[in-house]
Amino acid sequence: MSEGATRYPRHWRRPPLISDGRLRWAIYAGVLVYLVVGIGAVEVNWGRLSEGWERGLRFLGGFVEPDFISRWDDIRAGLIESLAMTLTATVVGVLISIPVGIGAARNIAPSPVYLACRALIALSRSLQEIIVAILFVAMVGFGPLAGFLTLAFATIGFLAKLLAEDIEDIDAAQVEAIRATGAGWWQVLDYGIRSQVTPRLIGLSLYRLDINFRESAVIGIVGAGGVGATLNTALDRYEYDSAAAILILIIVIVLVTEYVSGWVRGRVQ
Amino acid sequence: MLRLESLTKRYRTGDLALSEISLAIPAGQVVGLIGPSGAGKSTLIRCVNRLVEPTSGRIWLDDLELTRLGRRGLRHARRRMGMIFQEYALVERLTVMENLLSGRLGYVSFWSSLIRRFPPADIENAFRLLDRVGLMEHADKRADALSGGQRQRVGIARALAQEPEILLVDEPTASLDPKTSRQIMRLLREVCAERGLAAIVNIHDVLLAREFMMRIVGLRAGAIVYDGGPDGLTPAVLTEIYGEEDWAASSDLSDTGPSPRPGVPDTDELVGAL
Repeated sequence: MSEGATRYPRHWRRPPLISDGRLRWAIYAGVLVYLVVGIGAVEVNWGRLSEGWERGLRFLGGFVEPDFISRWDDIRAGLIESLAMTLTATVVGVLISIPVGIGAARNIAPSPVYLACRALIALSRSLQEIIVAILFVAMVGFGPLAGFLTLAFATIGFLAKLLAEDIEDIDAAQVEAIRATGAGWWQVLDYGIRSQVTPRLIGLSLYRLDINFRESAVIGIVGAGGVGATLNTALDRYEYDSAAAILILIIVIVLVTEYVSGWVRGRVQ
Repeated sequence: MLRLESLTKRYRTGDLALSEISLAIPAGQVVGLIGPSGAGKSTLIRCVNRLVEPTSGRIWLDDLELTRLGRRGLRHARRRMGMIFQEYALVERLTVMENLLSGRLGYVSFWSSLIRRFPPADIENAFRLLDRVGLMEHADKRADALSGGQRQRVGIARALAQEPEILLVDEPTASLDPKTSRQIMRLLREVCAERGLAAIVNIHDVLLAREFMMRIVGLRAGAIVYDGGPDGLTPAVLTEIYGEEDWAASSDLSDTGPSPRPGVPDTDELVGAL
């Protein structure tokens, strides 16, 4: 049979994700109904909205004329406290998350250690910073100590998990080669594993540093010290110009840490 | 002298990788282990230094029974066996020198290895080896900056830095071009001769094996099906090892390789032998 005799289709469409047409349309309809009902359930108080609109505009107006001067001493003290909190919490958090992360790597840790470390990580990750901060404020009182503890705790969950996953992804041949030389467990960890994960660990630590700084502004609102407390006070007094000044400074500091950490990460690869 | 006695390895998946292998390799003998993928070549050399635990059977290095060693004893025994890998398995982010000195890890304490303080004699020896493999000027480069052939030279130097009595070599040329492959095989033979080292070399390339090995062991489905000189690799034997194939044709193919040098059997001779 010659090739010209066979007729091939001239149209082709990708098969839909849900092949049953009736089911597909039922799902679309269901989603639409749910959306309409959901929007209907949101109670909108139009009077409150117009009032708040005005307040929102004043808040945005504060950004046009931020006031760095009148509350400068408070702002400065708050920023210094936040930076101190951030740095100490990051350093301590990183130091603790290294052993936890090693313990949570399935390819090198024995099963009981693995389970314990994974449990600790899950606990740290499941509790949002604000909830942890409220807990620590209740335990150790208002102030930066509560903030430090919160950020260090949150750092462990974040960094240990990512470090563990990085260790699980290393090139096993390099580790095998080091083991074959007669190296001990610690030496294998140093030469075979540490050398492979260090650049990423440095990058993640710097990333966590700027997350911690941002978080320090948030947890201050629930009493854990730092610039967040200053921000909260300014908002309570309706001093939107000072609040704007604080937010601008936070943005600038985050940008600077972002830039610096990007540069360092580029260098250590 | 390395001696394997009824070595058997069954993986947890149930695959029988090695069954009742018995083999003796005297000092200074360079043995090529050939066989199709999955025949158990890698498993065999990994059982020797127990990166893979044998299921049963015994292995002796001289009078030391490797299969009975505890953790500490095994670490000490591993120092006597240098291993060379297919994909080089250098620690990519460490310098060439650190990779070389990692061959000394079994001899130094954890703390001195952590701060990279190795005994002066080790450092001197590492430089001597680096010079021997022709990479003197690359000492401070990171391993991932080297070419494939250079990396494998570092791999060889690292294994030699252990002052081993035997080399376990896993597909040393599988990732290299034909010319570099021959250079690496020649280097291996030379260092073995210089130091009286025995070696087990897993190798895919039958022609390389025939050219550079003193003795060939053919493995098929975990059992030895050939053990003899390189000259004995007739088409019948190759069929026994690898299965049915037109062996003469694949030998012809190698004629396009580098021209024969003195001391190396002419490829035409090889074809004739088939």
